[in-house]
Amino acid sequence: MNPVEAPEGAGDPDSKPAKIVIRDLFKIFGPDPAGVLPLVRDQGVGKTDLLETHGHVLGLDRISTTVREGDVHVVMGLSGSGKSTLIRHLNRLIEPTAGTITVDGEDIMGLSARTLRRFRRHRASMVFQRFALHPHRTVLGNVAYGLRVQGHGRAAAEKRARGWIERVGLSGFDGRFPSALSGGMQQRVGLARALATDSDILLMDEAFSALDPLIRTDMQGVLLGLQAELRKTIVFITHDLDEALRLGDRITILRDGAVVQEGTTPEIVMHPADAYIADFVKDINRARVLRVRAVMARDPAGAQGPALDAGTTLEDALTLFQDDPSACRPVAEADGRVVGAIALPAILRAIERPRVGPSDARATTGTGSARAASGAA
Amino acid sequence: MADFNWLVDVPAIDDARLRALNRAIDDAYLSFTRSYGAAIEDAFLPLLRLMVWFEQVLLGAPWWLVVAIIAGLAWAASRSRVLVGLVVGSFVFIAVMGMWEDTMRTMAMISVCTLIAVVLGIPIGILMSRSDRLKAAIVPVLDVMQTMPSFVYLIPVVMLLGLGKVPGLLAVVIYAIPPVIRLTDLGIRLVDAEVLEATDAFGASPWQRLWGVQVPLALPNIMAGINQTIMMALSMVVVASMIGVKGLGQPVLRAVTNQYFAMGVLNGLAVVLLAIIFDRLTQSYGRRLQRYRDESR
Repeated sequence: MNPVEAPEGAGDPDSKPAKIVIRDLFKIFGPDPAGVLPLVRDQGVGKTDLLETHGHVLGLDRISTTVREGDVHVVMGLSGSGKSTLIRHLNRLIEPTAGTITVDGEDIMGLSARTLRRFRRHRASMVFQRFALHPHRTVLGNVAYGLRVQGHGRAAAEKRARGWIERVGLSGFDGRFPSALSGGMQQRVGLARALATDSDILLMDEAFSALDPLIRTDMQGVLLGLQAELRKTIVFITHDLDEALRLGDRITILRDGAVVQEGTTPEIVMHPADAYIADFVKDINRARVLRVRAVMARDPAGAQGPALDAGTTLEDALTLFQDDPSACRPVAEADGRVVGAIALPAILRAIERPRVGPSDARATTGTGSARAASGAA
Repeated sequence: MADFNWLVDVPAIDDARLRALNRAIDDAYLSFTRSYGAAIEDAFLPLLRLMVWFEQVLLGAPWWLVVAIIAGLAWAASRSRVLVGLVVGSFVFIAVMGMWEDTMRTMAMISVCTLIAVVLGIPIGILMSRSDRLKAAIVPVLDVMQTMPSFVYLIPVVMLLGLGKVPGLLAVVIYAIPPVIRLTDLGIRLVDAEVLEATDAFGASPWQRLWGVQVPLALPNIMAGINQTIMMALSMVVVASMIGVKGLGQPVLRAVTNQYFAMGVLNGLAVVLLAIIFDRLTQSYGRRLQRYRDESR
């Protein structure tokens, strides 16, 4: 159950400072969590044993992870994997059984009731799966709520709230009550409410999971657009791999309350840590998820022609090789710096689906031979 | 004394002992009232003044002004012309039938009793909703208060304070307060846990959470409790006429003892009209409080 860190390879090289650091976090539900903690922590009793012989539920099992500043950090897992429990520890809606969480070096577990309220008001705001809007407040009242709690006067709070209502595309709905809005619009209110407090951390608990697929994609676009400008630190919980890959700068995958893999999108897709994750990623459209940055050669020597942006998806990059399949093109970051070279074979290798089978616990990283061995998979 | 006949006979203590026990309790209570009765009466003086003042306001004001004010309240609470019409019609009927004065006295009594019940009941309900242990302690007390025959309240109250308005007020409040306590507690407990979690996540203090979210969302239930409290106060006001509370209860009582059928029905009808008006008024106000639930513009 050790978290497997994929080698730091294709990820963007500029390492951002750590924002949220979680170390050895345990959460056990039951009558005497502290009593059974040593069994889990020191004697390695597993989730099933703990439940069957000790009557306790293991919610989080030695979680250690780091969320970097300005990242969208996705925590992914199926239901029951502990992801919603984990995000509630970050603002202490749930108290851990053991472990530490620091934000900008400050120990969250050490906060008093009063300083915790300050932290929640100013530092970390939250968006909920089922919106959790105040039904008795209008859209304006809901968006202004965080500011009112902070102590702003009504007029000032509502003025700022109007700005955010406009930003999420709900102009003209100020006076409506949540019950009059569709799910997608309600979650826009939820997002505006969380953004209005100007907190540097945004906690999103399956924020888009309750929405229709089209609306969900739409909201992901809204979030990415806002994030490009706001550069907040976002912890995003989801059970949807496509969503994780679309939004995440980094992804942590949970299973049974433990971290099974953590890494950037290309790391997860190209080097799944075990069969469980490999099974997860086998059906995704790799050409659409992977970007040139992740598969290029680091040495730009021999590349010719106009440079490709490093953020181009492989799907888009493919079209650029239609005229000359043997070309080798330089790759540049958005600032124009040439960082590598890319040719067609590298793209094709990356797009190939890795072979996964029950006999092969370690997933292979899509090579031609593996592909051939799997036959018509 | 005891053979083995307890299987056959009801195991009652004999009459002499029972009498002694009852007398001991009564004597103890009597000596309590002798030593503290005056002080307690003084403590209730402000309430008595409030009630007397309110009664005089209602009796002193021109009848059409009183009707206009109540009709205005009905309009503000319900925006319903039917209700306003009902209010005006009822009060004109009451005035024409010569029951104006008694009705005003009863209304003064009901208003003050309801005010006291709400001022005491809502905080008790709020405290109860925050602690299961407190709830477990209070619920049996409320059950006793609601099921004890209402006449029984009159006895200790009269022993303590004699006849008059204040003992009547006390008896009415004790009888009428349980619904507002129960429904405040229920309303707050029914507030959606996810909404409360979100409120906490934004750093609301317990005070902000209580008055900004829990009480507003519990308000429809609290209003239903206030409505029930008013109804119970109205029914108790008639009973309280037995200890000298003036108002519609006294003619009813006289009608019962003298077999004046028409007089009994007319005054009873006035109570019914008051009940309907108060009921519709509070209910439609309660409904207007939850406009947000089915807004569709």
